[in-house]
Amino acid sequence: MILYLLRRLVFGAAVLIGTSLVTFSLAFVVPADPAVAIAGAKADPQTLATIRHELGLDLPVYVQYARYLDRALHGDLGRSYIRRENVTDLILSRFPATAILALAAMAVSLLIGIPMGVAAAAYNRRAPDNALLVIALALVSMPVFWLGTMLLIAGGLYLRSFPLGGFGDSRSLVLPTLTLALGSAGYYSRILHTNLAESLSQDYIRTARGKGLSRMRAILKHAMANALLPLVTLAGLDLAGLLSGVVLTETVFNWPGIGRLAFEAIFNLDIPLIMGTVLFSAFIIVAANLAVDILYAWLDPRIRLTEIG
Amino acid sequence: MKARASRMELVGGAMVLVLVAVALTAPVLAPHDPTRAVAPTYGDPGFPSASFPLGTDELGRDVLSRIIYGTRITLSVGLAALVVTMAIGVVVGLASGFFGGAMDFMLMRFTDVMLTLSPLLLAMALVAVLGPSLLTLLAVIGLVSWTQIARVVRAETLSMSRREFVLAARALGAPSSRLITLHVLPNVLSTIVVMAALSTSSILLLDAALSFLGLGVPPPTPTWGRMIEEATIYFRTAPWLAAFPGLAIFYAVLAFNLLGYGFLRRRGGR
Repeated sequence: MILYLLRRLVFGAAVLIGTSLVTFSLAFVVPADPAVAIAGAKADPQTLATIRHELGLDLPVYVQYARYLDRALHGDLGRSYIRRENVTDLILSRFPATAILALAAMAVSLLIGIPMGVAAAAYNRRAPDNALLVIALALVSMPVFWLGTMLLIAGGLYLRSFPLGGFGDSRSLVLPTLTLALGSAGYYSRILHTNLAESLSQDYIRTARGKGLSRMRAILKHAMANALLPLVTLAGLDLAGLLSGVVLTETVFNWPGIGRLAFEAIFNLDIPLIMGTVLFSAFIIVAANLAVDILYAWLDPRIRLTEIG
Repeated sequence: MKARASRMELVGGAMVLVLVAVALTAPVLAPHDPTRAVAPTYGDPGFPSASFPLGTDELGRDVLSRIIYGTRITLSVGLAALVVTMAIGVVVGLASGFFGGAMDFMLMRFTDVMLTLSPLLLAMALVAVLGPSLLTLLAVIGLVSWTQIARVVRAETLSMSRREFVLAARALGAPSSRLITLHVLPNVLSTIVVMAALSTSSILLLDAALSFLGLGVPPPTPTWGRMIEEATIYFRTAPWLAAFPGLAIFYAVLAFNLLGYGFLRRRGGR
């Protein structure tokens, strides 16, 4: 078990180093000169040279990368060119808004998705299952930014029950949460349906059914335990994706989270902020992967036993 | 795997055919020029009416005609980006699964790195940095969308390359290129087709999202995503402006999802 955990940890660290290479090279794709971005187009060559020296841009690339990595490991992601603030502070100040939205969206999508999946499995390959499949596909196929806009028009403009965007009381959370949750709910319902259908064909469930257990009880009492595990894994990884910022929903609803921060950074070509938000989201995803791996190994001994060999 | 197509696939296929037909006959089908002001309401969005069934936008352009022409750019970007995506994904997957060893290790670790990066965020950053153009868009969408395909193709290839008929061919001295193209590829083809259908829907969503964020195909070409973005400032007075292009995106994505999930279901998946 310890060996397994160590291996996952080393693996996660290696992936993050790879990711940092990608974000680091983003800075070199940009045609703009960072020194000009900081000092402005009218700065004299002397000033530009000083800034370049301060930023370490006159050093060899591998030294620059080493310094970048060293600073990132200490939580220093540089300063934003446009906002002139510490990137780490900026990201952390936006994190609560994103986290609230992410947790709410995850909870709602599971609350809708799980009953949908159970109902579909209970009526496997019959009319209700087909109807639920079509509904799930429709939910998955809706562009998030459009769904958000439509919910905004319906709930904010016509019903006047919800604010037209922004981050305020609990009502401001409803529409963005729904926007994010509906698509995932459709997806989870299908995953759960597949897993349940698979579990239901197993011998131990057929035995239970043979002894007179109803299909619904077989699902809830026996199949669910096995079918939920992969769903939990998936939801865990999705939660990480949500936590790293949801650009479209945050943009539509004017939500002050990391997604909008990244969006603004990209539009201003604010390189340190772009690199910072991308690296931060990768960090959350790797951390979540690790957490899920550990959880999985703990819940399912087959994994930790076979992986070690 | 049954040979007969399921109802889902038939419906999805028919929906895709409609899209293709609309794209091909756009000049005949569209009542107006999509890029010119044709309504007298110039300056304000126009209400849907007999002559403009889906209304007109703030520049007096006919929304229906713009949506019809938008089909062309949607399908061509979708198809071209799909080719890029599949090319990268299939080559990486085949190479990784067939050769194994160091090649597999390097390619899969690279895939792992790519999987930690949000496709939308990475695509936005790349397009913003390289400047929006049709070519950039295709390359960028391809670059951020191939990972899932590579993983699935790798898994299939891995199990195929261990099969007896492949081992037998190898024992007879067939070179790797022959083994891959003649023995492995045909057997992973059905998986590739399913992945292609499902990838098309995610590519269309990504393309629409980039357009919505102002990073899509530049104007004056009408794209559905940008139509929604342009409509957001008028959503109080003219909500239909945002509603209709979104329905078009929804329709196109649903069509490919029906095809893809239909395939999957017939093969015993979800």
